Formats: sequence, structure tokens, C-alpha cells
Amino acid sequence: MNKNKEQLLNKRYKAEKRFRLYGQSAIFMALLFLTIFIFKIFSTGYSAFQKTWLIVPVTFDAELMMLEQNPSKEDLKDADYYDIALKSMADLDPNANEDQENELKRMVSYFFEREIKRELLNDPSLIGKTKDVYLTASDDLDQVFKGNYPRDLPEDQRRVTDYQLKIFDQLVELGKVESKFNLSFFTYPDSREAELAGIASSFMGSIFSILVCLMIAFPVAVLAAIYLEEFAPKNRFTDFIEVNINNLAAVPSIVFGLLGLGILLAVFQLPRSTPLVGGITLSLMTLPTIIIACRASLKAVPPSIREAALAMGASKMQTTMHHTVPLSMPGTLSGTIIGLAQALGETAPLILIGMVAFVNTIPGSPLDPAASLPVQIYIWAESAERGFVEKVSACIMVLLGFLIIMNLFAQIIRHKFEKKWS
Amino acid sequence: MIKINSKNVDVYYGKKQALFNINLDIEENQVTALIGPSGCGKSTYLRCLNRMNDVIDICRVKGQIIINDFDINDKSCDVVRLREKIGMVFQKPNPFPKTIYENISYGPTIHGMAQSKNEMDEIVETSLKKAALWEEVKDRLHEPGTGLSGGQQQRLCIARAISVKPEVILMDEPCSALDPIATAQIEELIDELKKDHTIIIVTHSMAQAARVSQNTGFFHLGELIEHGSTDKIFKNPENKKTQDYITGRFG
Repeated sequence: MNKNKEQLLNKRYKAEKRFRLYGQSAIFMALLFLTIFIFKIFSTGYSAFQKTWLIVPVTFDAELMMLEQNPSKEDLKDADYYDIALKSMADLDPNANEDQENELKRMVSYFFEREIKRELLNDPSLIGKTKDVYLTASDDLDQVFKGNYPRDLPEDQRRVTDYQLKIFDQLVELGKVESKFNLSFFTYPDSREAELAGIASSFMGSIFSILVCLMIAFPVAVLAAIYLEEFAPKNRFTDFIEVNINNLAAVPSIVFGLLGLGILLAVFQLPRSTPLVGGITLSLMTLPTIIIACRASLKAVPPSIREAALAMGASKMQTTMHHTVPLSMPGTLSGTIIGLAQALGETAPLILIGMVAFVNTIPGSPLDPAASLPVQIYIWAESAERGFVEKVSACIMVLLGFLIIMNLFAQIIRHKFEKKWS
Repeated sequence: MIKINSKNVDVYYGKKQALFNINLDIEENQVTALIGPSGCGKSTYLRCLNRMNDVIDICRVKGQIIINDFDINDKSCDVVRLREKIGMVFQKPNPFPKTIYENISYGPTIHGMAQSKNEMDEIVETSLKKAALWEEVKDRLHEPGTGLSGGQQQRLCIARAISVKPEVILMDEPCSALDPIATAQIEELIDELKKDHTIIIVTHSMAQAARVSQNTGFFHLGELIEHGSTDKIFKNPENKKTQDYITGRFG
């Protein structure tokens, strides 16, 4: 009898130990996957935050720029910079033939002309003088400098020629190649050229979409939740509505995209590719999430508070607005933020309503065409150039950072403002 | 003087009848205790008096309850006005999760009883004084009411109830969550409050009913078995069931 009991005890201890082990290994696995994922993204993406510049001496030759004596500001703006820009690149190798001069030109971005222009506009006294100017290196040389480019490939399989590499190596030796923080990644819109592509347009597109989504989904969802939870009679019809709201939350997002395409674009003729349409489409998706969160937090308000207010002679409306709703707000808000974070990461519906279009302007309002961060990831991931690989990871990092901040915010709201019931 | 006059009150929860033909008169400025075993309908009856049963979807009330010559079950009765006149204190202290001051000022605010901040301060002070809580909380009026002890919270709820100067105060087992000292304080308070208010208290404690009330009604299985002066009910009950309950033979 006693021995039997001891066996049972041992068995119980072992079972508990095993269960702990299972749990710990599950957590370990989850953390492992997460670490691998994050490591992969960071190791590919961190180099996108650096940009390679060639420092090239530029002679601001008034004659080549077609400038007369004492030019005005307007004259400087209208001047011709192409010739001096081309000349300064060609001068890197005095013995270059015409083909080689072309190759030299392609070592920098097509923006080089504008970069030289900006230099002169900042300091008009440079006319007639020579100055070292920072020019954005082409995306291939950028990758070469970051060590991401396989130099040992045969020349005809490379986008960088042997001649370009030779000149580039000379510049590196002279200290005329510099790597600096890539500010343009955050301030430039998308571009076909990897070295000039930035997330400004998709970032603003995401912000506008989320704002539109919030402004539509939040009031509608909160009103619906309050009515259903506090005022509507409990009958078959409201049960039916509740089931449908739960169903709506489970509808695949691409279906909402089709809805946006079929109704917002086709019937209401709203402008394509705009955050307005994107936001409305996303709000349909976010609506059930917020309704469910809001109803749950209204349910969590103890009935004794409602009774207290009613017994004081507050009307149903006053009870709801003065007590129940304020008490449910922390839960509602954190549910809203989580719903918005979901919407922020949504790609499929936005592709369907045309937010996948190539946009090289920064949108100033929800009515301007724009991309969004996840769609930008999709666009870049499809691009062939090597320069976009790191950009994809960098964009993912920005999106993840954004999501982490939002979720953190939701968590803080919930913990800080939630009332404790004794 | 009769304050509340109930005639043939029946209450149904869905198909189930919870109260059967209750006829009960409540005396003004006295304490009336409602006693009886759990589930006998005494709380249901209490909640009829300020129409709190309206909150429950499936609950229906029939019969007349006449307060100040007016039937509160009549369609023309506005529940908000009614509940301003008839306050309620619940079993578990349920202060709003706001400051002590806001707890008291809420009722006067929604009923527009104070014209100025000074007036409101005065209402808060007198209400807290009447509830014998002023001395304990006067230095922390702007701290949360939920931070008080259980007994203090219940007195805060009483102060909240009397802030709108109700004619009647309903108390649903107000001491069941409190320790003996807090209970004694509340009982003392009830005695004090009956000068200005008519009080109806539901209690499980026979001793409490005997201590605080002038009249007692005994409920059993949804029926009012017997009512009359507390002295008579406790010393010389007419009904066998009342006697059994009071002497602790069932319940």
C-alpha cells in the first residue's frame, strides 16, 4: 500500500517535470525561429542604412554652364549642368575614350547633375572654381563597396565592367569613396534606381491609409459595439448580427480588396491607388476587430457600476456615457491599435485597389497616389537589381519597428489606464 | 403615516413567478426590515420600489406600488425622477472608480441640484457628514473612492445615495460584506438617517432586523407571510412559519 503510494507520487512528479520540459522547449523553439528571422533581416538589411558616395572634383566652368557675368539666382537655376557634370566624371581618367567616358558616367546615379546643381545653388561663389562634390554612387558600385557584389563573376555576367572596377578601386585607394548614413532612404520616394529609392512615399501612404482607416472604423465600431452591448435587446436578430460580426473578422483580406475594387473604384469612382480608398478598404477589415474588442471591454465593466449609476437616477444613456464607456476605453483603445497594426501590415487588398503602382512622388494628402510599406516590400522584392535586396530587409525593419511601437503603446494603455476592481 | 403602499404586486422572471400578491405598507420615517430565507423574493420586492427590475429584460412587474399618491408602475412614471426620490444601497459596496468627491457629486450634478462649486462642496460635505464619513476622508476627497476600506466604501455609497436628498432609501443587505465593527457603524447610521428618510432594509441577520427596524416583513417562497411591528414579529408572531424562521428552525 505504502509502496504503491510512493510510486504514484513519483509518477506525478515525473509527469510534472515532463510537462515543464515540453513547455520550455516550445518557448525555446518559438524564440529560436524569431531570432533566426530577425537575424536574417538585420544582417541583410542593415547595410541599406549606409550609402556610398564618390567624391569627385567638379569645376564650375561658367562657359560650359552657359552662364553670363554676374548671374542671378534664376540664371543659376536654369543653367546647364549636364556638361560640367559629364566632364567632371570623364576627367577621372584623362585617357578615356568615348565608351569609357560613358562607363564613367554610369558610375554615379543619374541624379549626379542635380547634386552638382545643388552644390552651386548653396554657394554661388563657386563659379570658376573647382570643388570636391559628393555624388551618389550607382547601386552596383554601392553593392561592390559594401562587399555584397561577387567581383569574381565573368565580366559579361556583371553589371559593373572591369574598367569601372579599376577606376573605382583607384578612387577607394585615394580615399575618394565614402560611406555615410543613408538619409535619402527615408526622404526619397520610390525609384527605379536602387541607390535613389526611398520609403518616403510608401511611409506617408501607410500613415494616410491608417488615419483614414482609424477615422472611419473607430467611431463606427465603437457606436456599433455600445449599441449592441448596452442598448440592443437580446434576441435572435442581435445574435445573428453578433455571429456575422465574428464571421466578418474571419474573412480573408483579399476579399475586402475585391470589395474595394468593385464598389469604391468601380461604382463610386474614387481615385485609384490612393490612401483614401486603401483606408476605407482597411477600415472594413478593422471594423470587426474593434467591435469585438470594444464589446469585450464593455462586458468586463462590472454590472454593479451600472446599477450604482442607474440607482442614482442616471438615465441609460448617462450611465453608459459617464461610466461604462470611459471604463471600457483602455480595452477599446488597445484593441483599436492592434486592429490598426494588422491593417498596417496588410498587403493583398491594397494591391487590388492599385496601391501597387509605381509612385515616385511623396503624397501630400490621402487623395494622392501612394504605395504602402508592405506593398513597397512586395514591389522591391520583385525587382531584379541587387541593390533592392537590402532595401527589402530595411523596409521590413521599418515596418516591424512601427508595429512594435504600436503594440507597445497598446500594452501601455491597457496597463496604465485599466481600473483595478477590488 | 404610510409612505409606500403596495397593492397586489406580482413579479415574473420569464414564466417563473417570483412574487405572489404582495400587499405591504411602509411607514414614513421608520425603518422597515424585510427578512426571509435566500430566494424568498425580498430583494426582488425591494428592487420593485425603484424599478431596478426594469434592467432585467425578462422581468415583469404587475400590481400597484403607490408612493406619494402616484403609481410608479404607471406608464407616465419617469424612472429617472423616481430614482432621484428613492435611493438605493447595494449588497456589495460599489463606489464609482472615481474620486470620493466625484462619487458624491455625481447625483447632484446630473439632477442639476447645485448652481455653483460652493454649493456642490456643501452638498458633498453634508452628505459625508450624514454618512459619518467626513472626519475620515475630509483630507483626501480627491483620492479614489475605491481605495477606502469596505466599511468606508459602504458609507461612501450611503453618502452618495443621500446626496440627492431622497425620500426613501432602499438597502439591499448593506452589511453582508462587512465586519462587525463596520456593521455596527452602518446600523448606527441607519438609526440616524431615519429622521429624514424612510428606510427599507433587506437583511439576513435576524439580530440586525431586531436592532434597527421598527417594522418587519417576513417573506417566504415569494409570499409575504407576515408583517407588522418588529416587536410583535419577533416576540409574538402570528404565523407558524414566521416563528420557525425566527427561532432558527429553517432558513
